[in-house]
Amino acid sequence: MSHHTIDVSDLRFEYPDGTRALDGVSFNITHGESVALVGPNGAGKSTLLMHLNGFLTPREGSVDIGGVVVTKSTLKTVRRSVGMVFQDPDDQLFMPSVYEDVAFGPMNLGLSETEVEARVTSALERVGALQLRERPPYRLSGGEKRAVAIATVLAMTPSVLVMDEPSSNLDPRARRRLIELLASFEHTKIIATHDLDLALEVCDRTIVMSDGTVAADGPTVQIFENAELLDACGLEKPLSLQGCPVCGSGRIR
Amino acid sequence: MPSLEEGLYDLGRLDQLAYADTPVHAIDPRAKVLTTIVFLVCVVSFSKYEVLSMLPFAIYPLFLAADADLPFGFLGRKLLAVAPFAVVIGMFNPLLDRDIVAQIAGIGISGGWVSFISILLRFALTTMAALVLIATTSFTGICMALEKLGMPDVLATQLLLLYRYIFVLGEETMRMARARALRSFGERGMGWRIYSQMLGSLLLRTYARAERIYQAMLSRGFDGTIRVLRALDFRLKDALFVSGWSAVFILMRVYNVPLLLGDLVTGLIS
Repeated sequence: MSHHTIDVSDLRFEYPDGTRALDGVSFNITHGESVALVGPNGAGKSTLLMHLNGFLTPREGSVDIGGVVVTKSTLKTVRRSVGMVFQDPDDQLFMPSVYEDVAFGPMNLGLSETEVEARVTSALERVGALQLRERPPYRLSGGEKRAVAIATVLAMTPSVLVMDEPSSNLDPRARRRLIELLASFEHTKIIATHDLDLALEVCDRTIVMSDGTVAADGPTVQIFENAELLDACGLEKPLSLQGCPVCGSGRIR
Repeated sequence: MPSLEEGLYDLGRLDQLAYADTPVHAIDPRAKVLTTIVFLVCVVSFSKYEVLSMLPFAIYPLFLAADADLPFGFLGRKLLAVAPFAVVIGMFNPLLDRDIVAQIAGIGISGGWVSFISILLRFALTTMAALVLIATTSFTGICMALEKLGMPDVLATQLLLLYRYIFVLGEETMRMARARALRSFGERGMGWRIYSQMLGSLLLRTYARAERIYQAMLSRGFDGTIRVLRALDFRLKDALFVSGWSAVFILMRVYNVPLLLGDLVTGLIS
């Protein structure tokens, strides 16, 4: 697949209990773009992410990943090109050891043993977790779990990375490391997050969701400077744009 | 009764022991599983009044534990923790079976006592063997061995996932129990009714998690079988391990070794 794009057009989805989660969402993400998906709880971010990987099928509208429309018959292709990092790494690390977990995806792709070995090593190296390879997942710290969870996805060499709250529950240093790691990826990325500072550092573009619709879509800095918009969507200016709480310098308001 | 927290900790410790690197750890899991099976069959097949001839079997778990540097104190405590089950099973034997079967220093020993001790010994031997197997092989290793020995795939996957998530589930339960204890002040709110509600909500949480895990598996190309990349090779030393120990067990099963030794010694003296 040469085009690492995401095209969502007029996506609508209702849960079986009648809750309308997505109400006409459209956007296009081009090759190599890094996009933050922000919005208050219940805005439909997670529901949208579930559509990118075909866990949910749209009631109306369509999702197109790199030129392939997501339907039941294209699931295999789509899941191969979309790497999904879940919010809770415990859900993602289900094998008895880190090594086996990272190897799980490549093994399912039917690669040879040497190729699997090479991919696992390079993925773990990429996230700085090679020394953890023999450990069982329940003996990892939160930051280590997150790093390994990302490695499990990288080992599949996806063209698009989809992440749900990658910085939740991390201590400051682990979060910093994660931000640096994410910024170093060249994949097309879509990151759902409440960590607006992370969005500011990693993503050039931000999509703001509110009540199942796209409330704003544009350059991250521009969006976060728009106090009116942020307020209307239940968000707050990122701390790094707020100025110093002690001396007050740089404060705009 | 050990708390859930201690139980989880001990399980973790037992598992960690399995990551050591000793000659016993290096033996192919299949060899250890097979040998343990032969051991169990031999021990369990003794008649119910047998005590003396079972004693030599202790050599297997003790030898392995020593060779693998396992902490005896820890294993001993694990053994005691489950001992009440064996005691309860054999408890009534001395009351029900009062026929005198032996005289020691003029005191009659009833068949019930002999069979009670036999049960305890059997229990100690089999549990020790199982503990040593887990502590030198790891749960995962045992699962893989069983699968290679012909256990259905589905069962192996089930066991692997069970073992992986028992820690997550345990922690979730602990958090819930703590939250309840903090707000019930040791009195109200500790009853059975709340217990059942907690179990219900735990079940729902588990269900939701299972769903998420399944999605995570699907998104990495899961198609029904878990492929594990860890080559097992059954070498000559593994074959020797199985055949050597099995031969010892069968000999000990067929011949009453303590009796033979006793005869030998008395024969030498007289």
